[in-house]
Amino acid sequence: MSKALVELIKKNFPSAVLETHAQHGDETVVLDPGSWHEVAAFLKGAPQADMNMLVDLTAVDYLDREPRFEIVAHLHSLTRGHRIRLKSRVGDKDGEEVEIDTLTDLWASANWMERECFDMFGVRFTGHPDLRRILMYPEFIGHPLRKDYPADKIQPLVPYRDAENIQKLPPFGPDEGMSFGRQTHEWVAEEDDADQPPIAVDEVHT
Amino acid sequence: MEPLDLDLDDSEIKLPSEPMLINVGPSHPAMHGTVRVVMELSGETIERCDVQVGYLHRGFEKMCERGNWSQVFPYVDRCNYVSPMLNNVGFALACEKALGVTVPERCQYYRMILGEMARVSDHLTAAGAMAMELGAFTPFLWMMKGREMIWDLLEEETGARLTHSFGRVGGMAAPPTDGFKENSLAVAEHLLGIISEVEALLYGNRIFLDRLQDVGVMKAEDAVSLGWTGPILRASGVPYDVRKADPYLKYGEVDFEVPIGEHGDSYDRFVVRIEEIKQSMRIVEQCTEKIPDSGPVNIDDPRVVLPPKEEVYTTIEGTIRHFKIVMEGLKIPAGEVYSYTEGGNGELGFYLVIDGSGTPYRVRIRPPAFLNTGGLEMLITGAMVADVVPCFGSLNMIGGECDR
Repeated sequence: MSKALVELIKKNFPSAVLETHAQHGDETVVLDPGSWHEVAAFLKGAPQADMNMLVDLTAVDYLDREPRFEIVAHLHSLTRGHRIRLKSRVGDKDGEEVEIDTLTDLWASANWMERECFDMFGVRFTGHPDLRRILMYPEFIGHPLRKDYPADKIQPLVPYRDAENIQKLPPFGPDEGMSFGRQTHEWVAEEDDADQPPIAVDEVHT
Repeated sequence: MEPLDLDLDDSEIKLPSEPMLINVGPSHPAMHGTVRVVMELSGETIERCDVQVGYLHRGFEKMCERGNWSQVFPYVDRCNYVSPMLNNVGFALACEKALGVTVPERCQYYRMILGEMARVSDHLTAAGAMAMELGAFTPFLWMMKGREMIWDLLEEETGARLTHSFGRVGGMAAPPTDGFKENSLAVAEHLLGIISEVEALLYGNRIFLDRLQDVGVMKAEDAVSLGWTGPILRASGVPYDVRKADPYLKYGEVDFEVPIGEHGDSYDRFVVRIEEIKQSMRIVEQCTEKIPDSGPVNIDDPRVVLPPKEEVYTTIEGTIRHFKIVMEGLKIPAGEVYSYTEGGNGELGFYLVIDGSGTPYRVRIRPPAFLNTGGLEMLITGAMVADVVPCFGSLNMIGGECDR
């Protein structure tokens, strides 16, 4: 971590720096969310900074603060050996409209870390090419690392996904298989009934 | 009947072609852990691919926010389950950085020896599995034999073969056993023997070389941009090792080299791991010379370290100390800290947000395997479908660490 780097950011972006502090030797710069990408691009490009590696990007949820989320990025320069922590605060109390610029055009590692951050905290990175869930499945409801997500919350069962151009039997019909292996999804069953009777096993095999 | 000697050159035959989607995983023997790769092929070349992780997500970061600081250790154990000791030590160092304490010299060397043993077990697994996937089963079994010795050693020390939970904030759970030095040296010697046998088997093996050399080449700048760290970054020619760049414990006082590769192909990633095993053994040998035979292992701070059981059962002060630490958790001053160590696969970072109570507010584990696997898409796009398995093996993705 480097003090000179903090001074460099302060000198070049006097209006973007909200505060700076250093604890345990980790220099931290808190940035205005509007200049998040601009400062990051400067740190990557400027020869005296040369931060060529985005080590870590994550968020912290402060439930009772406004703005609620703190986006935390750790940068590292392999050539110069210094590190810095960038922070930015975004989001209102409800956790809606949490948006910040993406860093994917600067570092390739931002791609997966921003996806994870979106998955876990619901932070939307504007300009991200592929903002999907990464650790959770697409049907997951909510964002698990938010402080208002109860750790013991139970998610609803997910119906079988529809795959196009795949001709196969549903795993178990209503009267097939062992009772403990039978999964019922009411909404799936209702749709099936409305359209056509379920396919008989013999028909498909012959 | 039609004539069979049609002049094919005159009439161009157009065959219908469409890209073929191939799915590998999530449960597939070549996908260590659980990861799914969906590839779009044109012929045998991978045009596009999508790497999907998360099948092993167990919500560790959320779970860490429910207990106290000592209860994080079992979780980090299960992150990289091939070298759990490195995770234990990494997390303990993060807490110690936040507390502003340094453990005694004996403990530092103890942690280094155990950590290097765990690193070797990680590299043996990665290199062995890589060889096995190319059909070389013998080196794999030899390396597993070596890993078994390491686990026996760790079992002797910690009581558990795999998930030790042996680290403590401010020290280790127990001091080294009596025969620790001799056992470590014996294991180191055996391992070096295994490594030279494996080298003799593989480095002259045409199949092995052809499948790995110039396959899955990653340029240095791309590797850095992808956030790669550890052996696979060094294989691309970037000499970044946290142990050298930013020495923690006593790494500044031991003599070792950082092996780097030239081409950044799968073969270099294999060789760098093998060379690192030798360097780790050098570190172990130096540490066994330097580790003091007696002296404290834990720091002398009643607010952090549990009292000896003898004291807990016989004195009221000991009972109260024990009760306070177990029930309330040890208190770390409020703030935040990012601490990083060299894990088996790269920079293992812990970003802790501390609110001053006994419970972590946020434990962010910076998993090297997650970012390493993030580079798989770039690595295999444009490669042949048969190269997916060795390329993926060379990254050594550990599912538990990647998905947490």
